[in-house]
Amino acid sequence: MTRKTVKVDVLARVEGEGALKVVLRDGKVESAEFNIFEPPRFFEAFLRGRHFAETPDIVARICGICPIAYQMSAVHALENLLGVKVEGPLRDLRRLIYCGEWIESHVLHIYMLHAPDFLGYDGGVQMARDHGEAVKRGLQLKKVGNEILQLLGGREIHPVNVRVGGFHRAPRRRELAPLAEKLKWAREAALETARWVATFNFPERERDYTFVALRHPGEYPFNEGRIVSNKGLDIPASEYDAHFEETHVAHSTALHSHLRNGGGSYLTGPMARYNLAFDQLSALAKETAREIGLGESCRSPYRSIMVRAVETVYACDEALRVIESYEQPDRPFVPVEPRAGVGYAATEAPRGTLYHRYHIDDTGTITDAQIVPPTSQNQACLEEDLLDFIGGFSDLPHKELQCRCEQTVRNYDPCISCATHFLKLEIDRG
Amino acid sequence: MTQGRVVVIGVGSLDRGDDAAGREVARRLRVTCESHAEILELEGEATGILAALEKAEAAFVIDACLSGAAAGTIRRFDVAEGLPAALSFGLSSHGFGLAEAVELAKALGALPPRCIVYAIEGESFEISAPVSAAVTRAIEEVAMRVRDEIHVLLRRE
Repeated sequence: MTRKTVKVDVLARVEGEGALKVVLRDGKVESAEFNIFEPPRFFEAFLRGRHFAETPDIVARICGICPIAYQMSAVHALENLLGVKVEGPLRDLRRLIYCGEWIESHVLHIYMLHAPDFLGYDGGVQMARDHGEAVKRGLQLKKVGNEILQLLGGREIHPVNVRVGGFHRAPRRRELAPLAEKLKWAREAALETARWVATFNFPERERDYTFVALRHPGEYPFNEGRIVSNKGLDIPASEYDAHFEETHVAHSTALHSHLRNGGGSYLTGPMARYNLAFDQLSALAKETAREIGLGESCRSPYRSIMVRAVETVYACDEALRVIESYEQPDRPFVPVEPRAGVGYAATEAPRGTLYHRYHIDDTGTITDAQIVPPTSQNQACLEEDLLDFIGGFSDLPHKELQCRCEQTVRNYDPCISCATHFLKLEIDRG
Repeated sequence: MTQGRVVVIGVGSLDRGDDAAGREVARRLRVTCESHAEILELEGEATGILAALEKAEAAFVIDACLSGAAAGTIRRFDVAEGLPAALSFGLSSHGFGLAEAVELAKALGALPPRCIVYAIEGESFEISAPVSAAVTRAIEEVAMRVRDEIHVLLRRE
């Protein structure tokens, strides 16, 4: 019997600190553990006792890459609780700021973190020496996403302009005009990006995933919609806890999510959105998908880089649509008054569905909070990919096998520090 | 005398103890150098640093580092001669920070003709921790040294 262990103590090109252990026996994967050892973050506990209005600024600190996702999920959950509906230009501005985040996050992942796996480089820096023009295009494209965050969020990292009910300040129409010019270039660059990634060699590996994403009747999902799956799930965010459960596993400080009642693991993120809402992509994004050889459905996680590129085209297109139709609202937010209750929301972070639940009392103080980030929802699914796929690569030399394992993790663009939870400790001393 | 853009980039997080070193140096230089140089504070994500370096004629980048040396140790590197691989700079997203930004700028031919990195050895990077006494002294020292370097650069024929 031959036994081979692939152990990666610190996984590079992912956000946060994680490790990987895969044990192969006679060419079959015996075990696969994606180990998240980032220290606990305590954000849900930090929120307790704080006024609800502070929430967007607190949760923005969870992630430097996708703070908007945290802010958007939080404000929607609190508006759900407070009985407030944000519509018209303010709602459009929320889509616009989410477009900015998708662009900067997807492009960073495509160019600097994932593309090196396909082109045989240790990282983006080494790749830049041979693919300088492509990397420059990626960096310039990412910058356009950051500029949307800067303009609408007040700053690129940990934005400060989002509030429950809308924004502290809404931009004037003329402030958005220079952004539109840059987005026209960005849309072309995103198209080039899609054509570029389509030239990569992809391992032919597929699985029958349970895809979970938001579904909205009239638009590709960002902020709103029902939580649906390709296996018949169709629920409002308020029923999330009845259908999903988080459990602890010994090897990770992040929780693992599963569908209740034996529903097993599921996949959220670009591939899930693509499979569940292809029909709602813009015409250009659909055309791009067809041009690069993606069907209306994609079950190969290695091709997720192509899906991200199509979503980047969509985000540029959607951002331009919002800017072109924008009229400055009379006031930048809808007033909100505290009342006791519980509120729920899910939105689509770049790497998947992000669920928030808040309880507040009648003074507006948060008494309980629950935040389920996409990486912890994807963690079980990611380990199953390793179990299913890596045996097929077992004849590769060790270094190449290790690269293939790492690539399989990076397909998910996991955001490890976002996902970190802490084990509730109970000591029974008899 | 240099005619081009001179930029000072203080890198780090203000909320994580000694990781604030670079940002604190930038804040001190705002008082004395803002009329001569563009002073920036960045969290440390590589593409942001790269964008700040673009089109500069001279850049001074200050960041906290961790190498096992005594807290407050100051090191100065001319990037043209390279950064030591063993040196770990402050916190960064996706493990993609200052060292990678500098290497990326080199690979893309976007490195300013003059690029100096000051690394300040930190001892505590805990959330909400104060800046340690040794690093506070180093911040004052580095602010003075960068200010002097900028003045020399501006006077040079």
